[in-house]
Amino acid sequence: MTFQKIKLTAINEWEKITNPSKILIFVGMATCGKSAGADDVETALVTLCRKKKINFEIIPVGCIGLCYLEPLIDVSKPGGPRICFGNVTVENVPKIVDYILHNSIPKNLVIGTVGEKSIDGISNLLEIPFMKHQVRRILRRCGFINPENIYHYIAEGGYSGLEKALKMSPEGIINEIKKSGLRGRGGVGFPTGIKWELCRHSIAQPPNRPIAYIICNAEEGEPGTFKDRVLLESDPHSIIEGMVIAGYAIGAKVGYIYINNEYSLSIERIQKAIKDATELGFLGKNILGSNFCFQIFVVTIAGGYVSGEETALLELISGKRAIPRFRPPYPVEKGLSDKPTVINNVETYANVPQIILNGADWLNKYGTEKSKGTKLFSISGIVNNSGVVELPLGISLKKIIFNICGGLPKGKKLKAVFIGGPTGGCVPGKYLDKPVDFESLSEISASMGSGGIVIVDTKMDITQMCKYFVEFSSNESCGKCTPCRVGTKQLLNILEKITSGNAKKEDLEKLKELSQTIKLTSLCGLGQAAPNPVISTLKHFSNEYENKINH
Amino acid sequence: MEQWLLEILNTHKNNPDALIPILQKIQNKLGYIPEKAVGHISNFFKISASKIFGVASFYSQFRFTKPPKHSIKVCLGTACYVRAGAEILDSLEKELGITCGGITPDKKFGLESVSCFGCCALSPVVVIDNKVYSRMTPQKAKKEIKKLRK
Repeated sequence: MTFQKIKLTAINEWEKITNPSKILIFVGMATCGKSAGADDVETALVTLCRKKKINFEIIPVGCIGLCYLEPLIDVSKPGGPRICFGNVTVENVPKIVDYILHNSIPKNLVIGTVGEKSIDGISNLLEIPFMKHQVRRILRRCGFINPENIYHYIAEGGYSGLEKALKMSPEGIINEIKKSGLRGRGGVGFPTGIKWELCRHSIAQPPNRPIAYIICNAEEGEPGTFKDRVLLESDPHSIIEGMVIAGYAIGAKVGYIYINNEYSLSIERIQKAIKDATELGFLGKNILGSNFCFQIFVVTIAGGYVSGEETALLELISGKRAIPRFRPPYPVEKGLSDKPTVINNVETYANVPQIILNGADWLNKYGTEKSKGTKLFSISGIVNNSGVVELPLGISLKKIIFNICGGLPKGKKLKAVFIGGPTGGCVPGKYLDKPVDFESLSEISASMGSGGIVIVDTKMDITQMCKYFVEFSSNESCGKCTPCRVGTKQLLNILEKITSGNAKKEDLEKLKELSQTIKLTSLCGLGQAAPNPVISTLKHFSNEYENKINH
Repeated sequence: MEQWLLEILNTHKNNPDALIPILQKIQNKLGYIPEKAVGHISNFFKISASKIFGVASFYSQFRFTKPPKHSIKVCLGTACYVRAGAEILDSLEKELGITCGGITPDKKFGLESVSCFGCCALSPVVVIDNKVYSRMTPQKAKKEIKKLRK
């Protein structure tokens, strides 16, 4: 089947969603929705709708990012708008059914309308505070399409980037990605186009030709980060499409996607997406009638934090202990089976199809001089509206927390924001105006990392929080290098002394010195970053440490 | 060697890199990795048993003893920690009379802590037999345990 024919089928299929002939009930079926009780709500809805003899269909969708309002249900009636309801429980299912039958809108449950059709007195979902500041590009399909229906993805622009890419030269694609300024979304921020170019160059060096690999790193082991999960569960094809384009640009025929097996729903959705994409010819032999062949394998295991380190991930895929390698050589020179390998994060791949489709300037229309485009942020902790948002790089934490996420619950006061996971650092309240991008936060000893933001209030003991992070790093240390294996344990011992009130003044000095040693001498990025919470909290909250010292 | 194990090994016979998928298949079948199975893999691929144990023990997914009937995992990721996930763990330890990482004497419940399920927005989170429960409290968690006791 040609792409045009597939697209036509897809448009017809999508028409059934936008212009339904029966009642459509969309149920948010990502992990957040399910954990909040979406399955029970669906069962109750189905039972009641059947009893009332309603002609309806359930459409499972992913996560919009409005996790704080889960379970979310959208209802679309023939000719009417699609209305989104939040915090739906089994108890208030009759109210939803009442709306279906009698048009009486339960005002306390309604969140907004979805799509172009509007209704008086209800704002569009994209206009509510949590949504209106967002620039939803890679999130734009999340929560609105059925992630298990490939036609929904295609109708909404999916695989058009791949179709275009296959008509371009591999160099042309790499140039476009370079020009866009896209930087890796996994935390380090290495320019994606340059990574691809380096890999393509090393394939050309004998004796490598012509084997190379593409890997998608979906470990997301950083506590407090869940944006990749949202993409994997809600728009899995965008990741696959990005990987296929990368494969074509580099000259790889095989890709691996590694997912931590705690993410069981992500694994299911990706596997289904790979199967469907293969059936329609977006994966496999002679993709869309071209000479290009590419296949993707899924690797799953509870790998732990260190598996997200790219060279450790290579070991894992080779069936070994996930222990980082010395670098150089970098994976683009000697990666999987010692062949050139490109490893990118989920969110990075999801950006690729739209860059190819819309051109490099589409991405760099947003962002700062050095950090182009939009970024996903996972927001949780002591905050009113938690979830996943897509925002232009360079936005301030203040805007994220107070304008978008509705600030802290009544009576709570912000103390600090922990950003970039357990090895990121903290931003105290007075620096909330700082822009969030790859570089700016380093001035205050913090880093954006992969965009996990956890807000803590004044009740939180910062030294306890720091101990918690160091304990995490110490547990997750792979044990290969001494500074990390022994050093993080020693850091933890000192922090235990401090938090239990048994530390002396010189322990603080030891803490500082040891942190620097670990930072400078650890083998991999995880070890080097492990003391970051110590350095950062000592810098901004030294008084809390001083107060605990036994003078 | 049992037939099912031989079949698993044969499907991967040309690929010794497949050690992790092989161990996963064995664990899916039995719920754990028995010592005997490691011996069989070792003989089949001519790799040392210590290497296989080395890989298996590195990953928290693998276990070497029979699993409990119900697995309870309390998330202690950052967001759950900030929202008092540890209190849930404490209360479940008391409720079940075991410490984190332990199994009740009747082998019915196992309790462990996990670093993050990616459900941080609705923290704290507890996962019981692979079902994720969010916005948990010690009371709600104990209620779920009571349901399973019946």
